[in-house]
Amino acid sequence: MKKLVISVYRYNPDVDNAPYMKDYALEVEDGQDMMVLDLLLKLKEQDPTLAFRRSCREGVCGSDGLNMNGKNGLACITPMSALKGNKIVIRPLPGLPVIRDLIVDMTQFYQQYEKIKPYLINDDKTPPARERLQSPEERAKLDGLYECILCACCSTSCPSFWWNPEKFIGPAGLLQAYRFLIDSRDTATEERLGDLDDAFSVFRCHGIMNCVSVCPKGLNPTKAIGHIKSMLLSRAI
Amino acid sequence: MVKVATTFGRSGTTDYVLLRASAIILALYAIFMVSFLVSAETVNYAVWTNLFAGLGMKIFTMLALTSVLIHGWIGIWQVLTDYIKRSGLRAFIQFVVCVMLIVCWFAGLLVVWPVEGV
Repeated sequence: MKKLVISVYRYNPDVDNAPYMKDYALEVEDGQDMMVLDLLLKLKEQDPTLAFRRSCREGVCGSDGLNMNGKNGLACITPMSALKGNKIVIRPLPGLPVIRDLIVDMTQFYQQYEKIKPYLINDDKTPPARERLQSPEERAKLDGLYECILCACCSTSCPSFWWNPEKFIGPAGLLQAYRFLIDSRDTATEERLGDLDDAFSVFRCHGIMNCVSVCPKGLNPTKAIGHIKSMLLSRAI
Repeated sequence: MVKVATTFGRSGTTDYVLLRASAIILALYAIFMVSFLVSAETVNYAVWTNLFAGLGMKIFTMLALTSVLIHGWIGIWQVLTDYIKRSGLRAFIQFVVCVMLIVCWFAGLLVVWPVEGV
């Protein structure tokens, strides 16, 4: 049997004056691997007061975004073996206010997402009878963009979002902004670009690529942000 | 859209372009100066004065100082808006830095422009 030490961020504002790290000991079979979410569920059996979000447990819903040994990711698809060292340190996603233990308040994240108008806008006065068709090439442009599950791992790993969460859209929001900017069926490109052309919304991204490094779906927000910057430049020059 | 009064350009795109354009000029100026210092056999008062006596060099230097002004203004604004959250303190620091940058520009103009060859 192997003894694991798991250090978990704890904070209950009703009881605690300040957050603290609590160490838990857990025994696992030699060579046994499990996802961090399974580990947390075992800890919750030990200590039912431990609070965290989870739902689908297979990397689809994006509920259990956490910071594990310093790197953001989804607990349900991060194997214990992927975390280096004998001690596992689990914290809530950085930069967002903590509601309790590993649960963060995502309001700022969703407000930024809402700003980019994450829905198709089409002012065509005579909509087609059945549906708006796209060519396979036009549809292919949405690959690598639409798959985002809004887990917030990327935005909460971005220093620009930490410092200006109320002004910088963040990588998740900008990935979706580009998803609609590049959609052949959307007619609000000019309006969308106009809304983004300030010193914070897009240009606060300095391309450090933390977002790419942590995205559990393997997406590339930095590339999408680069495309948005190119569109803004083409529009201005 | 986020409205900001203290940045240099009136839009994010303008700042983005100005930041990069000024960086290119500063890089060219730095490369030129290093090349000059490396290639010159001796650097004394006469050589240095003759270098800055030409109209081209005066304009190049003022262009570089203008780039320092623009690059510094935008850069310090970006750093301050990240790290200084109290708006009064941020405005004060930016005011001081921007005044210093403008003073540097005028000082550069007064120093470089009257230079005559020996």
